[in-house]
Amino acid sequence: MSNWYMLTLVGKDQPGIVARVTTALFEAGSNLGETSMIRLGEYFTVMMMVRSDAGDDALCSVLQPVVDALGLVLHIHAIDGGLHHRPIPDVCILVHGGDRAGIVSQVTSKAAQAGLNILDLESDVGGTESEPIYILQIEGMATQGVESVEKALAPLQADGVKIDVRPIDTLIG
Amino acid sequence: MAVLEILTYPDDRLRQVSEPVKQFDAALQGCIDDLEETRLAGPGAVGIAAAQVAWFQRVLIVDVSGRKKTGNHGHLILVNPEITEWDGFAIGREGCLSVPDYTGNVVRAERIQLDALDRDGNALCFDMEGFEARAVQHEMDHLDGLLFLDRLVSRRQDLFQRKVYK
Ligand SMILES: [Zn+2]
Repeated sequence: MSNWYMLTLVGKDQPGIVARVTTALFEAGSNLGETSMIRLGEYFTVMMMVRSDAGDDALCSVLQPVVDALGLVLHIHAIDGGLHHRPIPDVCILVHGGDRAGIVSQVTSKAAQAGLNILDLESDVGGTESEPIYILQIEGMATQGVESVEKALAPLQADGVKIDVRPIDTLIG
Repeated sequence: MAVLEILTYPDDRLRQVSEPVKQFDAALQGCIDDLEETRLAGPGAVGIAAAQVAWFQRVLIVDVSGRKKTGNHGHLILVNPEITEWDGFAIGREGCLSVPDYTGNVVRAERIQLDALDRDGNALCFDMEGFEARAVQHEMDHLDGLLFLDRLVSRRQDLFQRKVYK
């Protein structure tokens, strides 16, 4: 029986984080599943599903030298299930405009009420220091239909905030 | 008629380049019927290429007519298809019967002009766009041993996508 863990690693960005972390895991006989690794601000963040038969204590000690050397924060917890439960998103929401307090909260709350199940969200602040612009991209499943999400978000489209809701048509062939 | 086994990645046979059809005989008709039955048995596939069932001839089936608001030419059996013109490009999400449990973004031509033969060897010519054009390009890749995995672009590129043409 294989055991899955969710590993979170965060630390000041520096060359070699991914290489050293994944090498340590590989040498300990564990396998990677879905992962997300991205730089946020000055920090590099890693979230990954790891399969290991050795247990979380063993995973922790395998990674400890890398964590110490690179000054990372590590968190491990056991999770249910494993691979091959990937839902296919059917809607994409794009929001951009002048930076406005609470926009993520407003968009996601309205969308959740309209049946949106978020699978992927990323947001960024661009523009200049004095005139920041906000960009939000969401992919998810519209369990009550794309139009329901579109309708729910329409009232938020004001004060220079642009919201675009469109279906993701996945071609299978 | 029979539902055939679909080759799945990383089976090397998916890399094989298919040969043009030369004879429009009863054997061809039987293979086409099996190919269609196999497509319909799969999970909502709008197209299938012969190479996906280890039949290495340049035959594909595309049918996007079941989708709302999608321009199309109905149910198409295309033999020896050739794209003669490309125009524009668009990013779209694709998956594949031969690559279970994964979808990704792929850039395709927005509009194509296509020459092909029908199942009896009669010449066909189409102007296609959008989803149907994408389906044909996806299936034609199979005839050349290519998969959508070979053309993946980042999921984070949607921002650069022009507003979808409606
Ligand atoms: Zn395919």
